[in-house]
Amino acid sequence: MSILELRNARFAYGSRTVVDDVSLQVTEGEAVGLVGESGAGKSTIFSLLLGLAAPHEGEVLFDGQPLNRRDRALMRRFRGDVQTVFQDPYSSLDPRQRIDRIVGEPLRSLGIARGADARRAVADAVRSVGLDADVLARYPHEFSGGQRQRIAIARAIVSKPRVLLADEPVSALDVTTRIQVIDLLRTLRAETGLALVMVSHDLSAVAALCERTVVLRDGRVAEEGSTRGILSAPQTEYARTLVSAIPRLPAA
Amino acid sequence: MSLLEIAGLTVTAGGRRVVDDVSFTVAAGERVGIIGESGSGKSVTSLAATGLLGAGLSASGSVRLDGTEVIGASDRALRPLRGPVAALLFQEPLTALDPLMRVGRQIAEPMRRHLGLRGQELQDAVRTALADVSLPDERIARAYPHELSGGQRQRVATAIALAGHPKLLIADEPTTALDVTVQDEILSLLDRLVAERDMALLFISHDLAVVARMTDRVIVMQRGRSVEQGEISQIISAPHDPYTTALVASARALDAALDEPAASGGSEGSGR
Repeated sequence: MSILELRNARFAYGSRTVVDDVSLQVTEGEAVGLVGESGAGKSTIFSLLLGLAAPHEGEVLFDGQPLNRRDRALMRRFRGDVQTVFQDPYSSLDPRQRIDRIVGEPLRSLGIARGADARRAVADAVRSVGLDADVLARYPHEFSGGQRQRIAIARAIVSKPRVLLADEPVSALDVTTRIQVIDLLRTLRAETGLALVMVSHDLSAVAALCERTVVLRDGRVAEEGSTRGILSAPQTEYARTLVSAIPRLPAA
Repeated sequence: MSLLEIAGLTVTAGGRRVVDDVSFTVAAGERVGIIGESGSGKSVTSLAATGLLGAGLSASGSVRLDGTEVIGASDRALRPLRGPVAALLFQEPLTALDPLMRVGRQIAEPMRRHLGLRGQELQDAVRTALADVSLPDERIARAYPHELSGGQRQRVATAIALAGHPKLLIADEPTTALDVTVQDEILSLLDRLVAERDMALLFISHDLAVVARMTDRVIVMQRGRSVEQGEISQIISAPHDPYTTALVASARALDAALDEPAASGGSEGSGR
């Protein structure tokens, strides 16, 4: 059974439909890339999957149950199991909070752990993203973009979620840092069986991490399948155009 | 003499060297790239090349543009160079375009100034300029920038940059803000225009694959310094500098993922 599912979801801003009859499923342990260009509906679908917005038609299912924001027990489980990383590591971390407090925030707000247990979980999370324990007493401004994204990932995994929703998690990073954060996400998935949903305009980052890809265009699913299949033999005209537009390096 | 000769260029901002002793040349008709990550000084270098450094930045060394020394020159002395000698294309066309002026007039302005065109002749030239950037629709000339798509705006910015028939086009991340399919179109457009007009191109980007497509020779910048220069094919296949090596390896790893994506779940692509 899928952990997260969109079923015939539609979402509109006024008369403008930005997500139109989109269905997609995320099963335990898999990595799915949602790719598309501006206006494809990526960000709105991300908000729907996160429960930040409710579809006007269709539904969002979590463990097979409709996501109901009034069901507090369900929502608490949802918040613990579905965590998120955003694009901009500069605006997503509270500048006034120390790193230990930032990373431990989900444990406090979800009532998962406190005191020594929470400190241990925070230390574990920070270690597993490749940072030293001495970062805990420091503040976000002391870190580079790549380190901040590691801190954001530590916060996202501290509650031991089953799914990580990542919105362009490496797009703001320089290429040398980008590949390091991709490697980190790959390692975390291998070690914990974490499922990943990655929204991105960057097909190479999706290819590096996701075995399945959903191509979105104008709020609809244009094509979906294995990432390998979409890259090597896209079935639709749009996916073909998208794939062939990726700038490639000349052969070495 | 090269069209652009930069020798020992150093740019400081509040005592910090944002460009540190950079030297390179761009000959007439040559295509040169500057590649670097954020904070490498690549954009500041391109601005210094035309004397457009903002307040608070000061340059030393030498920048000769078509024989004229740019460093220390007055804005008045540089104005005749901007347009006919070198023109700039930026990442975000919306900031380069005047939001309150119809795009036709924005293209006409430099044509009037640099080419002395008037009346019907000027109107015809604007129409031709728009057609040259693949915007044949007459309505575009009457549109305001916000009414156009990102790709259309970058085409208009290109038409403005080329209006004075420059010998050198300096393009600073011209496609970074665009969708990948639009980027592909704009790169093809620039490629064609540079070839047709026999212009020199100085192309600044963080994306090695894009630089490789557009240029023949490249300068690799890191923290204000030029760490390596050479033929693009040479830099990609056999980089010498440790930073260039890391940059190429990262770009190579991302590129390789497109050929060998993450383990397949087995199901093949299905169109809808």
